[in-house]
Amino acid sequence: MLHYLMKRLAFGVLTIWFIATATFVGMHAVPGDPLMSDKAVSPEIRKHLEQRYGLDKPIMQQYQIYIMNMLKGDFGISFTQQNRRVNDIIAEHFPVSALLGVLAIGYATLGGIMLGAITSLYRNRWPDYLLIVFVVLGISIPSFVFASIGQLMILKVNAWLGFQLLPVAGWGSISHMIVPSLILGLGILAYLTRLMRSSMLEVIHADYIRTARAKGLSSQRIFYRHQLRNAVLPVITVLGPAIAAITTGGFVVELIFAIPGLGRYFVQAVQQLDYTVIMGTTVFYGAFLVLMVTLADLLYGLIDPRIRIQKVA
Amino acid sequence: MAASRNINFTTDDFKLIDRGSQDIEYLVAEGPSLSYWREAWCRLKMNRRALLSLFTILFLLLFTWVGPWVWTLDPARQDLVQISRAPHLGISALVVDDNFNWSGVIADNELTVNHRHVESLSVEVINNEEVIDNSVLSDDASYSEGLAAPSNLRVVDKPNTEYVRLTWQPVVGAARYLVYRNERQPESATDLGVPLWETDTARDVSYQDRLKLEAITYYYSVVATDGLNESNHYAVIQVDVQQAITFSDAVYSEVLPPEASKLDSIGRMVELQAHPLGTDYLGRDMLSRLMLGARISLFIGIVAPFLYLAFGIIYGSVAGFFGGLLDEWMMRFADFVIALPFLLFMILFKVSFGIGPGESGVIPMLVAMIVLSWPSMARLARGQVLQLREQPYIEAAKLFGASSWHMVFRHMLPNMLSVILVSLTFAIPAAIFTEAFLSFIGMGVVPPTPSWGSMSHDGMKTLMTHPHELIFPALFISITVLAFNILGDGLRDALDVRIRE
Repeated sequence: MLHYLMKRLAFGVLTIWFIATATFVGMHAVPGDPLMSDKAVSPEIRKHLEQRYGLDKPIMQQYQIYIMNMLKGDFGISFTQQNRRVNDIIAEHFPVSALLGVLAIGYATLGGIMLGAITSLYRNRWPDYLLIVFVVLGISIPSFVFASIGQLMILKVNAWLGFQLLPVAGWGSISHMIVPSLILGLGILAYLTRLMRSSMLEVIHADYIRTARAKGLSSQRIFYRHQLRNAVLPVITVLGPAIAAITTGGFVVELIFAIPGLGRYFVQAVQQLDYTVIMGTTVFYGAFLVLMVTLADLLYGLIDPRIRIQKVA
Repeated sequence: MAASRNINFTTDDFKLIDRGSQDIEYLVAEGPSLSYWREAWCRLKMNRRALLSLFTILFLLLFTWVGPWVWTLDPARQDLVQISRAPHLGISALVVDDNFNWSGVIADNELTVNHRHVESLSVEVINNEEVIDNSVLSDDASYSEGLAAPSNLRVVDKPNTEYVRLTWQPVVGAARYLVYRNERQPESATDLGVPLWETDTARDVSYQDRLKLEAITYYYSVVATDGLNESNHYAVIQVDVQQAITFSDAVYSEVLPPEASKLDSIGRMVELQAHPLGTDYLGRDMLSRLMLGARISLFIGIVAPFLYLAFGIIYGSVAGFFGGLLDEWMMRFADFVIALPFLLFMILFKVSFGIGPGESGVIPMLVAMIVLSWPSMARLARGQVLQLREQPYIEAAKLFGASSWHMVFRHMLPNMLSVILVSLTFAIPAAIFTEAFLSFIGMGVVPPTPSWGSMSHDGMKTLMTHPHELIFPALFISITVLAFNILGDGLRDALDVRIRE
């Protein structure tokens, strides 16, 4: 197990290095340069700025400095916001995205497992069909449609009630979080419901279920102790990538609901060509993704002994 | 629970079956046995939902390729008379003069109105009840509250989308008048909102409204003010605005022939260009833009998966086929690429490519999608190759001295085809989604190139007032993605492919 853990960690670190390098290469392939702005800068100021951002050095040396700084956990200073460190920007905006993502993932996971189990119980009866329709719609309708319709609905409900039940946009209180996190988790909820449903239907034909039934266990006990527990396993494997996808994929919801998350900030940085912020955010998210996938894998190994044995062997 | 249901067998169930009976027909194989693909097609045909999705997809392809021949309106043409217009199948409009100068109505000093060319029109005039009660002026502090509502508020000329001309009787003691416009009948003087106009003097008793008029019903209210305070009393009039087009616009947009005489044309009714799905915020026809947008969305959605599938399959097959250290290194690299945060790198690529003027941004998006998406395909292909390598028929081919190329192309790829096909039908909606998502946040296709995503992006701006501009492109995205997903499910069942999600 320790050997496996070490291997995973080493691979994770290598992956992060790859992401950092790809980001560096990508950003240096951008036409023009970061100091090119609409304001004309005198050569002296330009030289000074180049010095400050280390742009006067040869590219390999820049890469070396970049990687060394990255190892120290320093992402540099923003190009467009004077004297603001990228670390501070991430520290300020990431928790917002993370909170939104955790809320969305939380309800989507619980809901997905529950709905998936229910649909498998009522297979080919109306609750099953109803949920299948919901799942198909949830997968097929883009999140920006849900988000804009959601916002319109809040507006209409507020107008109809005559007072503000929920805020239309913004961030700060729990009431700000409800609708955006519901919308953000909708796609994952639909996806997990489908996954859980097929997993439940697969498990029901397993030998241990037949054995349990032959032993004369009550159908409730079989459902909760044997079927549900085993069916949940595949759901856990997709949870790691799902967490990463939801925290990075929150752009639309953050843009529409004016939430000061890192996703919205990233889009803004791209529009303003804020090089250090783009690089820092990408590497940070990449590392986060790697961490989540690794954690989910390890968790999976802990929960399912069969996997652990297989991997060690 | 369905699984625990008891099945009661009776002796009837074990009787010999009658060969002639109708309900056992399916048990008896009829005709020649079918090939794998023919059988899969038969099974797909049985699946009504999958078949419906297949027709939907065919319809969409027809929509984008044949559509522009049927609906020939230029998607870039701006219909400035009809901006953000809701769907309609042609409306008639009144041709009006291009010269909107209206001298208005100036009251005499004796506070009688000098009628220039007031036409009496049958417009319902709603006077506030309060006005009648307090028509006698009081001379106390609340003087201005007592200012009467202007009487005889009426419309001059036919109200149309180019102008609404109002006039009213002057009020004793008024210094100026305020004009309000509402889309519903105001309930009280505090319900009027922000004034549209304030007259210069007490003698100005008319107003010409030319501010973004639409062919709907408006409620105009006029309130007198003594210069400091507004009166509580107002006159209100309901105005049904008629769609209009100026003479020069009509000639320019070819609803009138170029040789039409101005004098004859003014006052005539003409039929405006029909927009079955409305127009966008620049007056461009939504239907023809959706057709062109479909071409771009479907192009990215279908071509990108094809290309990265092809690359991924070659990569994965090579790795799986040769195995060993090469396989190890190749798959390690694929693992690295898989770990890249997809959306962030899509955006990063867009920035790196740097879209120049006149470019649509389709090719960078395509390249980025291929570069980032091939590894999952490569993994799938490698797994398939590893599985197939152990098959007896491959060993037999090897025994006969088949070359590696022959083995891959003749024996392995055809056997992988079903898995590939099913992955393709799931990859297409994912690609369409990605395009839509990126274009929606303004990081995809560059305007004015329409794609369903960029049209949704534009539609979002006017969602509150003109929801059709978002609804139609969003509907097309949803239907396409839905159709491909259901078709993918159907294909998976028909081809009996098991893909671990």
